[in-house]
Amino acid sequence: MTQAATYTHPATATGLDSWKVGFWTFIGSECLFFGSLISTYMVYKGESLVGPTSHEILNIPLTSISTFVLLTSSLMMVLALAAVQRGSRRGALLWLLLTAWFGSLFLGFQAFEFTQFYHEGLTPQKNLFGASFFVLTGFHGAHVTVGVIWLLTLWVLALRGRLGRADALKVEIAGLYWHFVDVVWIAIFTLVYLIQ
Amino acid sequence: MAITKARAATVTAGPHARGGIWSWITTVDHKRIGILYGTSALVFFLVGGLEALLIRAQLARPENGFVGPETYNQLFTMHGTTMVFLVAMPAAVAFFNYIVPLQIGARDVAFPRLNALSYWVFLFGGLFMNSSFLLGQAPNGGWTGYVPLTGPRFAPGLHIDFWVLGLSMLGISSILGGVNFITTIINLRAPGMRLMRMPLFTWMTLVTSFLLVTAMPVIAVALILLIFDRFFGTSFYAPAGGGDPVLWQHLFWMFGHPEVYILILPAFGMVSEVIPTFSRKPLFGYAIMVYSGILIGFIGWGVWSHHMFATGLGPIADAFFAIATMIIAIPTGVKIFNWLATMWGGSLRFSTAMLFAIGVIASFTIGGISGIMHSAAPADLQQHDTYFVVAHFHYTIFGGTILGTFAGIYYWFPKMTGRLLDERLGKWHFWLMFLGFHLTFFPMHWIGLLGMPRRIFTYYDELGLGSLNLLATIGAFTQGVAVVLFLWNLLRSRRHGVVVGPNPWNAATLEWSIPSPPPEYNFAVIPEVHSREPLWERREATPAPPAPEPAIHLPPPSHWPIVVAFGVLLTFGLFLANVWWVPLGGVALVAFGVMNWAFEPGH
Amino acid sequence: MSARKPEKLRFLRVFRAAPLAALIACSGEYPQTTFRTVTDFGQSLNDLFGRVFWWTIPILVLVEVVLLFVVIRYRRRPGGPTPKPVHGHTGLEMLWTLIPALIVVAIAVPTVQTIFATQRRAPDEALMVEVVGHQWWWEFRYPEQGVVTASELHLPAGRPVHLQLRSVDVIHSFWIPRLGGKRDTNPRPAREGQRPKLNHLTFTVSQPGSYLGQCAEFCGLSHAIMRMRAVVHTPEQFEAWAQRMQAPPAPPAGTLAERGREVFLRSPCIACHTVEGTTARGVIGPNLTLLGDRATVGAGALANTPENLARWIRDPGGVKPGAMMPGTRAPGGGLPPTGLNDADVEAVVAYLLSLRSGE
Repeated sequence: MTQAATYTHPATATGLDSWKVGFWTFIGSECLFFGSLISTYMVYKGESLVGPTSHEILNIPLTSISTFVLLTSSLMMVLALAAVQRGSRRGALLWLLLTAWFGSLFLGFQAFEFTQFYHEGLTPQKNLFGASFFVLTGFHGAHVTVGVIWLLTLWVLALRGRLGRADALKVEIAGLYWHFVDVVWIAIFTLVYLIQ
Repeated sequence: MAITKARAATVTAGPHARGGIWSWITTVDHKRIGILYGTSALVFFLVGGLEALLIRAQLARPENGFVGPETYNQLFTMHGTTMVFLVAMPAAVAFFNYIVPLQIGARDVAFPRLNALSYWVFLFGGLFMNSSFLLGQAPNGGWTGYVPLTGPRFAPGLHIDFWVLGLSMLGISSILGGVNFITTIINLRAPGMRLMRMPLFTWMTLVTSFLLVTAMPVIAVALILLIFDRFFGTSFYAPAGGGDPVLWQHLFWMFGHPEVYILILPAFGMVSEVIPTFSRKPLFGYAIMVYSGILIGFIGWGVWSHHMFATGLGPIADAFFAIATMIIAIPTGVKIFNWLATMWGGSLRFSTAMLFAIGVIASFTIGGISGIMHSAAPADLQQHDTYFVVAHFHYTIFGGTILGTFAGIYYWFPKMTGRLLDERLGKWHFWLMFLGFHLTFFPMHWIGLLGMPRRIFTYYDELGLGSLNLLATIGAFTQGVAVVLFLWNLLRSRRHGVVVGPNPWNAATLEWSIPSPPPEYNFAVIPEVHSREPLWERREATPAPPAPEPAIHLPPPSHWPIVVAFGVLLTFGLFLANVWWVPLGGVALVAFGVMNWAFEPGH
Repeated sequence: MSARKPEKLRFLRVFRAAPLAALIACSGEYPQTTFRTVTDFGQSLNDLFGRVFWWTIPILVLVEVVLLFVVIRYRRRPGGPTPKPVHGHTGLEMLWTLIPALIVVAIAVPTVQTIFATQRRAPDEALMVEVVGHQWWWEFRYPEQGVVTASELHLPAGRPVHLQLRSVDVIHSFWIPRLGGKRDTNPRPAREGQRPKLNHLTFTVSQPGSYLGQCAEFCGLSHAIMRMRAVVHTPEQFEAWAQRMQAPPAPPAGTLAERGREVFLRSPCIACHTVEGTTARGVIGPNLTLLGDRATVGAGALANTPENLARWIRDPGGVKPGAMMPGTRAPGGGLPPTGLNDADVEAVVAYLLSLRSGE
């Protein structure tokens, strides 16, 4: 999804690129999606019939580290965009790869966490906490995965020299997505992990 | 005038000049996609209508044995699901597609291939859900799919699987469509087409699209949780595992009530185009019409629990939602009064389109009034889940949406084909349908208040409701005849209808400034807009023709949308295999398609 | 319309309660009508409906009349004038925003009042009945009297009643229109105090009689045959009924009914059914104590006659699709056939129908 659809109109009515408008709208839709998942989690908080429940099992120090990793990746995303806008191919290559790497690292943390929980007896079938936790964080993880693939695709483009200054919009939109996924995680981290 | 000159040169290069099935499969032209949407909606309308006739045949007399309970439950479930998701919505989207870009002076939608994807996902979702009939396992839990009745414990078999998976696909299609139309309307307006100059139909499309992108994710979550319960053994809705079935009701209606306005606002938009045209007067109170539409969109988010007055939410919630529901009646009423004021002092021409639009005012008002009756929560305790409610929502969805859509069809058919629908047949169609409709649904007010619940496959003679039900059945079959007349009219007029020029109705909006049917690129020269009724203004002063553009770039056809859509179908369809990793095959196809899509040349 | 005075009075009461009834009140009996309610609860619902009706119907009439007028008056005539391009009129638009707003206030106030009035806590002296929805029949439990029955809700007139509603499977909705509005019966939560909540209805029935009702929330295959009736007694009759329910009569010796009793108590029937005063203590199916008094079998599927009862025992699934009870030859509800032969069935029918108050 890396095209600019401005062929019919040289300039849009708002002056904003259509991809940007469309993507913001999509993010609005995603907000409702995660909002509903988070609400489900909150509604079922403390309603589990059997353990383990959140305060017995959530590892806040570990997740703080993975949260920090994901936040750092957002910073790298900013640097990647700046590099592309500058026309720096080396900068773009470096920062895109680092963003994707940090994103993957976050996914690694999540995989580790899920495995841990599984061994401690928490599965989606176990109780309501497990069900709502895995579905919520799982869908977030899926979003991060899509983001990592997207970033790597851009990285390959940069590697082939097809990500010049004129393509900054592609990176900007990927960045919008990446920052959004980050913000969602901050909400999840706060509501699921910190406020128990 | 530049447009006229360009027309002379390019009139043969319409979108229908190129033929062949492949050209339709790969099309990214919003007009063709509009026709695809419209045709599919029509086919599903016949399916859903047939289901309705079977339902009415069963209810024609008490204790009838025409169809058994299992068949009956599948029929009413699929009738509701089909009419909402596969008829009313795609019929509106057909007009979003065909008309909105023309009304705002654009050459296509913002994301043409995404538009094609929306269509194919919708089509596959609808076909997938209906394919369940072949297995004799059509969904049977009602279109509202209340848990735990639709959960794994009480609904074994594939019935609800088809429903929940098919509906998920339709949700994806709607979100993508909503994103596309918001962007199109915000960004692709011709110079001078300020927001407050947009035709009402475009405005209502915009509001509807916002409702789509916000309401659909909520039902997506509701469906995902049900999918997890059914396929992965979670207990989101299972009381035995601590789950709360009422959560489903909240999520469903949080989507479901905006959905009601998703269904009705496009029809309001169509009526708001038809009435001024055939009254030869501009729309009365344009600004208020726009604001009331926006207001309905907003308040529509705060009324969902009026579907749950019998659920037992407590007096505070009941009071809140009762008041919110009453408030939403105000902007709706304003629309009706403004339509009347538009006609007042006008010079009314009763074309078939106008008759249907007047039919909307006459019928929808009844549905609106019975809606206020439900909003009084305690009174609703008698009306809820009875035929009174069935009467109410058919007065709004049929009397509003379907009649409104027919107004739109008669109005814009000449734009799409260059030929008029036959007006004599059209009038037969209108009167039979209008009378049949009231004959079907008006008695249902009584049937409900005299104690007949909805969704029952039989009722007992001692209830004394046989003759009223027979009346409703006669009405339903009258409507069936009307639909046959309409089909005949459609098929006949496509080939033999009266050939017309760009503006057969002497209407005011931009779509009527270009040839009928429009050329593939719509506007040879992007027009400049100076008022709300550009074509009416032009009669007085013709602006100097702008210089023609040297070359118009249109996106080439693409087969990737249908490939990705097929991947979506596989992803959801393969859930039926009940092995968790099998749907990943569909995901892989989606990923493959998206990658190729992203690097497709020419886009 | 009869000219006799009581009939006329009833007509008038109907008219006051809810005007729509006026049009149909003369044309027959409707046992599930919402208009002729016999409780305070139903009355306040109908009063509210009447108010909303009279506030809103004039708007409907106005719109339709204006529409008709406009359509006739402003039809296009050859050589007619070109209409003036009026774009709006702020004053008019304010007017038709404000008037509906005032009407909304006029109906919102009594609505909110009625909401709170009808959801008040039940008074302490109220008769408590637990209403339990099953696929597809209703169970009524009287903890105060220690009585359990099915399909027929026995109530005293004149005493407040507190219904506590729940379900053992899917969501049902308890609705006997002449007693007032419906309420969903939500599945019982796995643990006390969790969601979903128990629902409640409180009302006082004013006159003895028999009032039909049925499940109003789609609950699966035989939702249409999940019927019930309220049998409303005088307080004395109600007490008598409750006592007989606690100790029903045993069939006289040497009769077919007595043989039926033996067959019944040896049969698999008792795994699910209870008859007070016997060893039949099953709790999955309907309690059959005083079955002979009931008007129907199969939760309203058939009239309660010996032939119908026999038919029901032989093949419940044939009478009521999906019925969760085995027949004599066919399995049902996940249970094997009962294997009763024709003579057994005849005897069991005689026994069950002998279980009656005796009047």
